[in-house]
Amino acid sequence: MKIDEVPQDHSSTYGGHCKLVYAVDDSGHYLTAQSDGWDAEAFATQLAVAELEAQEQAALAQWRAGQASPLRCLMYRYRLDELGLSQATGLWQWRIRRHFRPDVYRRLPTKILSRYAEAFGLDVAELVRYQQEPA
Amino acid sequence: MTDFQHRQSAHCESGVIANMLTHADLSMSEHMAFGLGSGLAFAYLPIVKLAGLPLIAYRMPPRHIIKTLSKRLGARLTTATYGSPERGRQALDAALDAGRLTGMQTSVFWLPYIPEQMRFHFNAHNLLAYGRDGDDYLLSDPVLEEAVRCPVESLQKARFAKGALAPKGLLYWVDDVPLEHDWETLVRKSILSTTRIIDSAPLPWIGIRGIQHLAAQVRKLDPANVKYNRLYLTHIVRMQEEIGTGGAGFRFMYASFLEEAGALIGAEALREASQKLTLIGDDWRQFALACVRWCRSKEDRGGFLEVAAILERIALAERALLKDLSLWSKGKR
Repeated sequence: MKIDEVPQDHSSTYGGHCKLVYAVDDSGHYLTAQSDGWDAEAFATQLAVAELEAQEQAALAQWRAGQASPLRCLMYRYRLDELGLSQATGLWQWRIRRHFRPDVYRRLPTKILSRYAEAFGLDVAELVRYQQEPA
Repeated sequence: MTDFQHRQSAHCESGVIANMLTHADLSMSEHMAFGLGSGLAFAYLPIVKLAGLPLIAYRMPPRHIIKTLSKRLGARLTTATYGSPERGRQALDAALDAGRLTGMQTSVFWLPYIPEQMRFHFNAHNLLAYGRDGDDYLLSDPVLEEAVRCPVESLQKARFAKGALAPKGLLYWVDDVPLEHDWETLVRKSILSTTRIIDSAPLPWIGIRGIQHLAAQVRKLDPANVKYNRLYLTHIVRMQEEIGTGGAGFRFMYASFLEEAGALIGAEALREASQKLTLIGDDWRQFALACVRWCRSKEDRGGFLEVAAILERIALAERALLKDLSLWSKGKR
C-alpha cells in the first residue's frame, strides 16, 4: 500500500478516531500514517453489528409476545451468543437455552440471575423486575 | 510518572511492549517488537468459534509477542494474575504508586472510550496504565491517538471479564532489560522462527497450508446461500483488517520490520524481502476488497473461484518468500 493510497473514508465505525496503518512512500520505504476509515472494512463491521441487532430485534419481539425470556434479547444486545454467554456466566449452554423459556425464567433464583446480570453489566434488580412482568 | 510518552500503534500487544521497552530506555519501534517477537502467522481454527464462525488469525496467539520478545532480549518482566478483583485493583494501585508503567490485559467490550461499533467481546486487549487521578485511571491504549482516562469501575469490569481468554486481571511490568544486544543474531533467530511457524507447521490449518485451506473453504461456498456467505466473507475481512493489524493482516507491519532490521544490520536481502512482502500485503487487501465486492453486489454474484484464486496466489508467494528468508536466516544467502 502506497502512502497516498491509505484510505480516508471517514468511516462511522471508527467513532471519529483514526487508526495507524503501515504504508510505503514512493521509494518503497515504510512509514506509518493515520487512516480515518476504509469502506471495505466499515462495511464488514456494520454487517456484523446489523446481524446482532436483527437478532436482538427478533428476540425482543419474542419476549414481548411471551414466547421467550428477556435473556435471549439481552444476550444479543450485549453482543454475546450462547457460547459467549455460557463462558461469561459459567453456565452450561443447555441450561441457558432452558432459561430462554419464559416459564423457567420466572422461577429462576436471584443467585442465577445475578450471574446473568454480571455478564450483561446490569443491576440484578432489573432482571428480577422482568420476572414479575405479566406474560 | 511524568516522562511517559504515549505513542500510537497499529496493534495493541506489539505497541504495549514497544512502548514499555522504550520507556525502559531500550528504544524500540512497534514493528521491530512485532518482528523480533515473531508475531506473524496465519491460522484457520475451525474449532474455535466466534459468533459461530471459525477463528482466522494473522498473528500468533495473544501474549506470544511479549513472552518471546522479553525472552530474546533477556528482559525480566513481573507478571501476575488475581483471583479476586479487589486484590487486582489494589495491586494495580500499588504498582502505579510505585511509579511503574504497568501493562495489563483487558476485554475490549467494557472499555468506554472504544467506539461503540468496535466493542466486541475480545478479552485479550493490551494497554498501559501510567497513573491515577481521583476516580480515573490514566491509560495509554496503544491503538488510540492520545492517552485516555477510564473510570475505575469500567477498568475493573474490563480486567475481570469472564469467558474465552479471560484476562484474570493480568498485570505486567518491566523490571530490567539489558540495553546492549547482538542485533544480527536476534534478527536471524526471530525470522527463522517465523518461517518455521508459517511454512513448516505440521497442521493443515496453520501457515501456508492454512491459507490454502481457507482458499478451499471459500471455493466450496454455495453461491445460493447468500446470507451465510455474506457473514462468512465479512468475518474474514474483519479478522484481517478491523482491529490493530496495520493493514493486510499484519503483512505490512512485518514488511516494515524487515526493512528496519535490514537497515540496522546492513542486510540487503531483508530490504528485498520487505518489498516482496509489500506486494503480498497488497494482494491481501485485494482479497478483502473482492470479499466485500461479492457481498455488496445485488445480482450476478458469480462463484468464488476468483476470490479463492487470490488466496492461492498469496499462499504461493508467501511460501517462496519464506523459503528465501529461511535460507538467509541460516546464513546460506
